[in-house]
Amino acid sequence: MMQMPEPDASVLSRREAIVAALRDAVPGAVIDDPAETRVYECDALSAYRCAPLAVVLPRTTDEVSRLMSLCHQHGVPVVPRGAGTSLAGGSMPTADAVVIGLARMTEVLEIAPGDRLIRVQSGRTNLSVSGAVDGQGFFYAPDPSSQLACAIGGNIGMNSGGAHCLKYGVTTNNLLAVTMVLMDGTVVELGGPMGEAGGLDLLGVVCGSEGQLGIVTEATLRILPKPPGARPVLIAFDSSETAGACVAAIIRAGVLPVAIEFMDRPCIRATEAHAHAGYPDCAALLIVEVEGTAPEIDEQLALIRDIAQGFDPVEFRESGSEDESRRIWLGRKSAFGAMGQLGDYICLDGTIPVSALPRVLARIEELSQDYGLSVANVFHAGDGNMHPLIIHDANTPGDLDRAEALGADILRLCVEVGGCLTGEHGVGIEKRDLMTAQYTPADLEAQMRVKDVFDPRWLLNAAKVFPLDVSASRRNARPNRGRDAA
Amino acid sequence: MQTNFTPEQLKDPATARSNQILRTCVHCGFCTATCPTYQVLGDELDSPRGRIYLIKDMLEAGRPADEKTVKHIDRCLSCLACMTTCPSGVHYMHLVDHARAHIEATYRRPWRDRALRWLLKQVIPHPGRFRLALAGAKLARPFARLMPDARLRAMLAMAPKTIPPVSRNDDGQTFPAIGERRARVALMIGCAQRALNTEINDATIRLLRRAGCEVVIPEKFGCCGALTLHMGQQDDAKTRARDSIARLLAAERDGALDAIIINTSGCGTTVKDYGHLFENDDIAAEAARVSGLTRDVTEFLEGLGLPDRARTEGQGARVAYHSACSLQHGQQIKSAPGTLLTRAGFRIVEPADPHLCCGSAGTYNLLQPELSSELKRRKVATLEATSPQIIAAGNIGCMMQIGGATDVPVVHTVQLLDWATGGPRPDGLGAIA
Ligand SMILES: Cc1cc2nc3c(=O)[nH]c(=O)nc-3n(C[C@H](O)[C@H](O)[C@H](O)COP(=O)(O)OP(=O)(O)OC[C@H]3O[C@@H](n4cnc5c(N)ncnc54)[C@H](O)[C@@H]3O)c2cc1C
Ligand code: SF4
Ligand code: SF4
Repeated sequence: MMQMPEPDASVLSRREAIVAALRDAVPGAVIDDPAETRVYECDALSAYRCAPLAVVLPRTTDEVSRLMSLCHQHGVPVVPRGAGTSLAGGSMPTADAVVIGLARMTEVLEIAPGDRLIRVQSGRTNLSVSGAVDGQGFFYAPDPSSQLACAIGGNIGMNSGGAHCLKYGVTTNNLLAVTMVLMDGTVVELGGPMGEAGGLDLLGVVCGSEGQLGIVTEATLRILPKPPGARPVLIAFDSSETAGACVAAIIRAGVLPVAIEFMDRPCIRATEAHAHAGYPDCAALLIVEVEGTAPEIDEQLALIRDIAQGFDPVEFRESGSEDESRRIWLGRKSAFGAMGQLGDYICLDGTIPVSALPRVLARIEELSQDYGLSVANVFHAGDGNMHPLIIHDANTPGDLDRAEALGADILRLCVEVGGCLTGEHGVGIEKRDLMTAQYTPADLEAQMRVKDVFDPRWLLNAAKVFPLDVSASRRNARPNRGRDAA
Repeated sequence: MQTNFTPEQLKDPATARSNQILRTCVHCGFCTATCPTYQVLGDELDSPRGRIYLIKDMLEAGRPADEKTVKHIDRCLSCLACMTTCPSGVHYMHLVDHARAHIEATYRRPWRDRALRWLLKQVIPHPGRFRLALAGAKLARPFARLMPDARLRAMLAMAPKTIPPVSRNDDGQTFPAIGERRARVALMIGCAQRALNTEINDATIRLLRRAGCEVVIPEKFGCCGALTLHMGQQDDAKTRARDSIARLLAAERDGALDAIIINTSGCGTTVKDYGHLFENDDIAAEAARVSGLTRDVTEFLEGLGLPDRARTEGQGARVAYHSACSLQHGQQIKSAPGTLLTRAGFRIVEPADPHLCCGSAGTYNLLQPELSSELKRRKVATLEATSPQIIAAGNIGCMMQIGGATDVPVVHTVQLLDWATGGPRPDGLGAIA
């Protein structure tokens, strides 16, 4: 089970004064009743829980700035929270922390279709950003499966991706500028409407920094004209390895579909039972979507069909209508919900070179047998971003520990084959202790020095990303702080 | 999600059911995005995921409900948008019903709250008393400013300007089909609806008869139980539901029913769930039969077909269709009303954010006037943005709520369908076509 640092006793002892000061700073926005703070004790990784000292729900950059400077002054840790859909425990609090939640900051501040940008408050949900420009024929490209609920601030925190990022890139490729509040309350602007601010690319540093460098309150995002059309195909195979090999071949051939999604048998079966999408009962399937004008679509699909034929697919299902397209996507979109019916799941997120897919899938299968826990795979295969879901029973003692151990083995495997611990969900607490598998002490030291610059007292989301023993000296250096065990 | 009930706790069937529901929730947060109260308040405590967490905590600890938990559960509209959104099939309705029963059993509300709830329960489900109260409210309206409680003021404001005379059509009787008889149905005439608007039942009867239905009006029909069920008063609700089941099935003595028709979708959601409510009771089979037969009037007519169109006026009128939560989320009936209205010759427009509740939600507008008016304001703004000539809805509560805040005439879907197929022009349509 994941360790969290001992809460700062000096903060806990000043609890009432801190809460009173928060109330003064932003009236009507502070939650501190233990019956209520518990609701904020976890995100979508509900296995890890810890209720915060208090939660504050500001409405403006100015309010965030006041809160931050106050917490800085009192030496109180802060955990930023968007919609709390992180699968890595990124927005899970610590007992001595104030959660600053952005859910009330949902305004659209500016829409400039001519300049292809939109400026929003960071609590606005991903899908409602597209919703705001839909009427003008535009959309915001990064599309995490959680896009209905997750917030732009959280997307920036985790540098989130989605099915269509194969073509359009992830959050960092679609982010032009942010307004960010530093831990001491200073408000900074990074990037610019044209994306090319001078000097160091600090915006690039902030995107994916998991709420450790500052709280993003406003974001300027790239919007794109909606494509004239899109069409998916479903390709079914009798082995996961062959499906993996087909993905590698499509990428090698230089075709650029907008999405290549992969599902294996356990996932297909669960999905069928739950959503009845009419998928074939096969070992693995790919959903490949291409975009463009009708002739462009036809041309790309012909190429994909040729490549797929080389791998003896058991079925190649082209969509002939809106409704058929919807049905092809239906199962994929219901996959997480369906998997929830099998039991509790941990959703992993590792990235591997596409060419290693067949090998890694075979090894995951072996590991799954060794641990006696089933693993279902559903992921963005085009960019090698895997999401093995480990099914277990959270109500059976010991099951979660085994699931975690299996998860760690799978992620180590990703690193071994030249991949990376996370594709889009971030490190959070979930992968914190595995960072040493990927980075040398010198690498980690360099990363922590970046945090030193933005947050010298290590108050912002400090128990995440870096293994506790690695970050201990910095976290413990806080003035007034009692040392923790790690 | 992991849960923490003792084997002892799980022996209670209601707790076992709640455990099962909680176990299917993966805490993904998708449901927050479509919850009306979360949209307005921006606090996870007032979102489905937050409420589920509060309920889990309360039930696991087996402790009496606390004030904060009650506050956030009370704010829930039971609109069930969260059930439509949830990818994991979490049955929030059964969970929140259990939570409300637990609150009712373990929490002592402040006296004003208790008095108000008692009053609502004594009045609304009894059409005679409700009529009296509405007349009284009309007289009292000039004194509204003296009322100490915003909720009492809301009650006064809600009373309609005119109270219709009792409709003799609502008495127990059987109306023969017009033309060839194609089905035999019982009509649930509603309780509050009968006092507020008699046109809806009259139009439904005319329409069904013209469509070839023999229509049975059950003898001395009361309340379906939805009102007190949503207040957590399960025993009271079940007494009323039991009575309704008996009266509905009595209609089968003279011949089997093909359907039980409901034109107040709020009741429809509850009646369709009788099977669950009485799962462990002596009348389980009867309850399941009633649930199985129950259809919303539009759901039924979509299958049976509309009578021929007989009218030329009003054709092409621009109708903004407001989808009642109990229809679109509670019963998952989304397209039938629009399809029928289009077939009947109207031009249907849908407002933005059609999934959001108008804030009426049974007695919610009386118990939570502030949130309710904010939701009303938003709903009316999106409806008016479609520049409609008429607004149609399938639930009396929504009609009252929206009608109180717009000059556009608001009618029940069946009134338009009746008009288009030979019935009278609905009242209040003014100069349209
Ligand atoms: C079913 C499901 C499917 C998912 N699918 C995908 C997917 O396809 N692709 C993907 O990339 N992710 C996916 N996710 C993960 C998750 O939705 C993303 O990580 C998302 O970006 C988190 O956004 P959030 O608003 O919920 O952030 P939170 O969970 O609240 O926070 C995430 C991190 O960002 C930080 N943060 C939040 N707001 C701010 C801010 N304003 N300023 C600074 N830091 C901030 C937090 O401290 C935390 O570290 C999925 C999650 C679920 C439950
Ligand atoms: S959407 Fe469903 S599974 Fe997800 S948090 Fe809400 S109720 Fe739970
Ligand atoms: S029933 Fe409606 S108000 Fe209640 S939690 Fe669900 S979506 Fe929110």
